[in-house]
Amino acid sequence: MIQVVCIKQVADTETRVKVAADGKHLDPAGVTWILNPYYEFAVEQALRVKEKLGAGEVIALSLGGPGVQTTLRNALAMGADRAIHLRHEGAALDSLSVSRLLADAIRPLGAGLIWFGKQAVDDDAAQVGPMTATLLDLPCVTAIATFELEGDQVTVEREVEGAREVVEAKLPAVLTTDKGLNEPRYASLKGIMAAKKKTIEDVAAAPSEPNLEVTALAPPPPRAAGRIVGEGTAAVPVLVKLLREEARVI
Amino acid sequence: MSVLVFIEQRDGQVRPVSREALGEATRIAAAIGGPVIGVCAAAKDPGLAALGEAGADRVLLATSDRFAAYDAEGTAAAVEAAVRGVQPVVVLFAASAMGKDLAPRVAAKLGIGLASDCTKIDPASGGLTATRPVYAGKALQQVRFPKTPALLSLRPKVFAQVSRAGTSASVEPLAVTLPGDGPRARVLRVSAVAGGKVDLTESEIIVSGGRGLKGPENFPLIEELAGALGATVGASRAVVDAGWRPHHDQVGQTGKTVSPKLYVAVGISGAIQHLAGMSSSRCIVAINKDPDAPIFKVADYGVVGDLFEIVPALTAEVKKLNAHG
Ligand SMILES: Cc1cc2nc3c(=O)[nH]c(=O)nc-3n(C[C@H](O)[C@H](O)[C@H](O)COP(=O)(O)OP(=O)(O)OC[C@H]3O[C@@H](n4cnc5c(N)ncnc54)[C@H](O)[C@@H]3O)c2cc1C
Ligand SMILES: Nc1ncnc2c1ncn2[C@@H]1O[C@H](COP(=O)(O)O)[C@@H](O)[C@H]1O
Repeated sequence: MIQVVCIKQVADTETRVKVAADGKHLDPAGVTWILNPYYEFAVEQALRVKEKLGAGEVIALSLGGPGVQTTLRNALAMGADRAIHLRHEGAALDSLSVSRLLADAIRPLGAGLIWFGKQAVDDDAAQVGPMTATLLDLPCVTAIATFELEGDQVTVEREVEGAREVVEAKLPAVLTTDKGLNEPRYASLKGIMAAKKKTIEDVAAAPSEPNLEVTALAPPPPRAAGRIVGEGTAAVPVLVKLLREEARVI
Repeated sequence: MSVLVFIEQRDGQVRPVSREALGEATRIAAAIGGPVIGVCAAAKDPGLAALGEAGADRVLLATSDRFAAYDAEGTAAAVEAAVRGVQPVVVLFAASAMGKDLAPRVAAKLGIGLASDCTKIDPASGGLTATRPVYAGKALQQVRFPKTPALLSLRPKVFAQVSRAGTSASVEPLAVTLPGDGPRARVLRVSAVAGGKVDLTESEIIVSGGRGLKGPENFPLIEELAGALGATVGASRAVVDAGWRPHHDQVGQTGKTVSPKLYVAVGISGAIQHLAGMSSSRCIVAINKDPDAPIFKVADYGVVGDLFEIVPALTAEVKKLNAHG
């Protein structure tokens, strides 16, 4: 079975956010780029499926500037067989534009399972997985916490408010991964060496008209200055009084 | 110039997040001039007429046995049918587990952009502007919509409900051709999470514990305080990764995003990824022995000291208050 894992490169959450001169986007200078943390769960699960089946191909797919090559190499080092880099430079695209480009790239691959992270930790949009599935007209389960494959059927669990849904779908299917799905492996030294010989196919992406317009990016207004009520247990009655009379939350 | 709101139901109960979306819809509708219309997919009417009180003028109801559990593709077809029929200028979803799953599908079907997890909507200034937190809440992004309708999902607990006592909504059937012979992704069963507690995203008060608790055996301290406050217990990722608490308790960027009216952080340092999940809370209390812990930067009220002394004292004080009213 062919599996595709969609990977996004994101700014490290520790990065200090500096707004670019246009007032709309992140200033890329000084940003540390990392792999979207959810991606590891997706790659890991795809590799486990391949290992279980004893055959197949795992293809890593990423849309973005030249930097995503590093991201793709990392997936290859973890064990993906080959990679496709959909090349697009310039300001980040909206989720629907990204989904259209990914769907076009995925369609000819004949994949049985297509993996996404639940959300990217930069825009926190949580859109691209279910959007791409809809464009591909494939069943999709989002934010899965468990995964089982039996023949051409997957059974997964997803967490909803106060409950878990057990969902079943036939392949081909699209899944987005939540944290906790598995313990992702680290790339071994052997894997890193092997990755150097694997191919990254380079494909130019041609996005269509934007579907959302970013008009501003700004730091959030500071929270009204808080205060230290006091130290130790002596502060407790004061705290309770403030919560009751000033904040009126208890 | 109507505003369409997706009404989320599970087990025949309309979810509170939909009342919040209706509340915001009435504010948008007042600004643009037009009705608030709900759309719901259910096996049978979950009492939609009562949503008049929450702000709905009309509710369109698609009924099918397929909607006894969440049928993503069927529900997306119902919302799409409603959008094509009603031609709203704004469509609102809750950024709940269901809304996060559904809204992108509807957006893809309509070929229209979606702003997810919004915390503010400004309908005035010539076209609607939505505000949403990005980069772990370190920045706010403002977006506008080149096409109509504007599609948005709203962060739970951020938008206020309205109450129009005595108003009822007219419930009208919505005809939908459901895709396929049945759901391609089929919910086999829904199992309640152990304890049956209120979900963190729906809680008014949350008490979260971090690594400062030293071990899982000390979490009863947190549970007792939560019990006295009528709160739900949350946790930092450090504690979840250590296996002290289940993943569904995790607050933060790779856990849940919460906006309760009161968030009490106990023995939590306040790493940016934790703050990403709770900094939109209305009132934040931090208890930490380190006066320089970053959590104090976002806390409205901080107490410096040993949590093992402070938390029991706080529980006792709250209990005293409860007893005396
Ligand atoms: C990609 C990524 C995603 C992440 N996502 C999340 C997320 O979703 N949620 C999350 O929480 N974290 C997340 N993290 C982890 C985050 O960076 C921190 O490591 C984590 O939040 C720390 O948890 P903590 O505050 O419980 O522990 P610590 O940072 O170890 O803090 C413990 C605190 O307890 C205090 N303390 C100790 N003893 C006492 C005592 N006796 N009395 C009072 N105070 C005491 C200490 O002063 C300290 O401030 C993520 C990290 C990464 C890289
Ligand atoms: N540029 C991209 N290239 C490849 N995959 C992406 C890209 N953007 C988003 N994704 C995938 O979609 C998921 C959700 O992203 P988002 O909808 O942006 O939160 C990510 O975890 C990735 O799996």
